[in-house]
Amino acid sequence: MAVVYIPTALRLFTDGTSEVILEGENVAEVITSLVSTYGDLKTHLFTNDGKLRSFVNIYLNEEDIRHLDGLNTKTSANDKILLVPSIAGGI
Amino acid sequence: MIEINSNQLEQIKEHAQRDYPYECCGILLGKFKDGEKTVTQVLEISNEKEEENRHNRYLIPSKKILETELYAIKNGLDIVGFYHSHPDHSATPSAFDVEHALPVYSYLIVSVYDRKVVDFTVSVLSNDREKFEKEIVKG
Repeated sequence: MAVVYIPTALRLFTDGTSEVILEGENVAEVITSLVSTYGDLKTHLFTNDGKLRSFVNIYLNEEDIRHLDGLNTKTSANDKILLVPSIAGGI
Repeated sequence: MIEINSNQLEQIKEHAQRDYPYECCGILLGKFKDGEKTVTQVLEISNEKEEENRHNRYLIPSKKILETELYAIKNGLDIVGFYHSHPDHSATPSAFDVEHALPVYSYLIVSVYDRKVVDFTVSVLSNDREKFEKEIVKG
């Protein structure tokens, strides 16, 4: 279980909700639960073949999960998950 | 619609000209109200793309976005958009821009030729991620 904080740009797809408590033993399960609850979020977080988009970063208690155990990082009730984009573009 | 004043636009143009021939980038802080956005602060961000690609790519790492989100929350603000420059290229969003964008946010692009800004556009990604749509700008 964890609290997931939704960035402003994605609240359009969560009925305006900025934080949601979701079940899950690890980050992957919590995120799966998130996109099951709010189906329209999926296309913005995942590519068509189910991979997390390159610019979507997941932080657990302000630590990038890449520096923890990735999507397998265990979660507990007091954990906060933040979805944070990196912003890229160009010509 | 996004409201951005002439001083803020001038700051962005000056940044784009200063960083030419590299792409500059930054964050637009402000408020969302009734589906409209007002910019209250322009934050210049260092382009973190490696130098050999900085002439046609920009990157604001997630760590910087997180830091800015926390700053915004503390000050009762929101990230309302981002800006970057297209050196020696039009201000039209590229396919690469579309691929890496999120809806709702405003993406302001300035076109710079020979260290002089000649044009700018502001766009928002469509909710189906297919294309950028032009956003009305209020001064």
